[in-house]
Amino acid sequence: MSTRGERVRMVLCIAVLVALPFVLNNYWLGIANAIGIAAIGAIGLNILVGFTGQISLGQGGFLAVGAFTSALLAGRAGLPLPLAVAGAVVVTATAGAIVGLPALRLKGLYLAIATLAAQQIIEFTIRRWRWLTEGRGYLEAPPLGALGWRVQHAAFERTWYWVIVGAAALGAIVARNVFRTALGRSFMAVRDQETAAQAIGVNLTRAKLTAFALSSGYVGLAGALTAHYTEIVTWERYTLDISVTYVGMIIVGGLGCIAGSIYGAAFLMLVPPLLSALADAVRDTAPFLADQLPALQNAAVGVVIVLFLLFEPRGLDRLWRRVKEYVATWPRS
Amino acid sequence: MTQFIQLTVYGLSNGAVLALAALGFVLIYKATNVINFAQGEFLLVGAYAFYSAFVVLHLPAILAVAVGAAVAAALAAAIERLLLRPLIGQDPIAVIMVTIGLSAVLKAVVQIFYGTTPLEMPKLLPRGSVAILGAIVPTDRLVAIVVAAAVFAVFGAFFRWSRHGVAMRAVADDTQAALAQGISVNRISALAWAMAAASALIAGVLIGDIAEVSQNLAGFGLIVFPVVILGGLESVPGTIVGGAIIGLVSQYADGLSPGASQVAPFIVLVVILLVRPYGLFGQPRIERV
Repeated sequence: MSTRGERVRMVLCIAVLVALPFVLNNYWLGIANAIGIAAIGAIGLNILVGFTGQISLGQGGFLAVGAFTSALLAGRAGLPLPLAVAGAVVVTATAGAIVGLPALRLKGLYLAIATLAAQQIIEFTIRRWRWLTEGRGYLEAPPLGALGWRVQHAAFERTWYWVIVGAAALGAIVARNVFRTALGRSFMAVRDQETAAQAIGVNLTRAKLTAFALSSGYVGLAGALTAHYTEIVTWERYTLDISVTYVGMIIVGGLGCIAGSIYGAAFLMLVPPLLSALADAVRDTAPFLADQLPALQNAAVGVVIVLFLLFEPRGLDRLWRRVKEYVATWPRS
Repeated sequence: MTQFIQLTVYGLSNGAVLALAALGFVLIYKATNVINFAQGEFLLVGAYAFYSAFVVLHLPAILAVAVGAAVAAALAAAIERLLLRPLIGQDPIAVIMVTIGLSAVLKAVVQIFYGTTPLEMPKLLPRGSVAILGAIVPTDRLVAIVVAAAVFAVFGAFFRWSRHGVAMRAVADDTQAALAQGISVNRISALAWAMAAASALIAGVLIGDIAEVSQNLAGFGLIVFPVVILGGLESVPGTIVGGAIIGLVSQYADGLSPGASQVAPFIVLVVILLVRPYGLFGQPRIERV
């Protein structure tokens, strides 16, 4: 926030965010809300993968922990919704620290496989634990509300928009500032060179476990918000495919970059609705596209991940910087 | 007792298929140090390539296996050249993620061509059942074990006596030394990927014949991880032992509580990672903190 250009951009961003709910219809506002929730989850994953260098394929499982905890606390235990969401954040952070324990011994691909196992075990648990859903296979989550106020049906998406944007903005600011503290710097030291980090006095156990806990806290928040936003929690929403999509988001956006997490979340959440809009538009000339829409949407995520890794491994954030440099130095670039 | 014998046969036949899938995984890891998250999709692509040759094009079964294997091997070699080779020396996250992205693409391509409904194949393996110690077990599962054993024998002979097999072992042992001997590491990498696709094709055909050809075949790709971690990432014999153990454990778990086979392999995986991360036959050179 130091230069004039940055201040202007900040004001523009805020203006766009404030104007959006008055411009978009409910369909696109719903997509904006999904992007906001995904951005919170992606920031969380980026703290772990991008800033601390610990690969995780357990994102879907952590989202599920957050969603089920919040739905249970607000629904079955009858806690006020904000308290339930806070409880979900704490529980998911704890779960993250527990899953992070193997990270103290394992690195790289072994850690990826360990978190994959955690994802499978959590997925199996939420599918098969009858107490969780009382045998119905799904769990209802109470709708947004606090202190007697409840979200109105007519303004559903718009009300949620303010809640989600508020939470995402707060999350982004907190994450940004964490990386100015000694703790955040120790995460990056662990990522860059573990042995050197230890030599300069970084407590590896503490750094890794806090990174897992902090990251999972964000993911738990995203999961809890999803639960109350969709008002229903089912295991299908938290499979390994979701974990993969989230890792895709931070790769597309840029590893180790808070703004990148938001770009990546927006990009990958926009691909399926844009593809379906395209398929609708060319239904007459290219019926193939409409027929194969689900398969193409699945393929798109994979194609985007592969292309970014091959051609711009540092993601949209780097791409954006290059555009800015080009404009700044034009016509001499 | 009869149930125990049945579960054992089912477990061993699943284990044989898993071992074939894991064999491809280990070949790729040994030759190129890549963890292939798309191994299950190789099973899927292999089974559908065979299905196309056998059912759609009406080729004889043996020829269909050969055509399917050639297609799958060519595809895998192309993947190695276009996607993995540019990433040599990059961050492990990038390499892992490119194979994950690839798995999504392969699954979607199969979906575009064949949809999501399972396909029935005309049976290749003999139907019927035999009695072992009073337990009735299906013949096709026993034959699947024999076929897998034969494939392993062929691969073993290849590594023992073939020029290329010896070169592959040399590369796995010490890449620099192999280069100095004039072995083309690039060609060995492509060969490893092609062979992995071929062994996955046989696994895919076997399981497709026993059950059905469907998108669920890709799920085997995830159970490969418990197998290879248990056996040791660099160990070919480890895939046989690991496949058998994981196959048996999941069937016995299912016998105790139906459905538990989905999670039992991963519990074994976590335990192995915590106790002996390099597996039963792997080399203990995993980096510790």
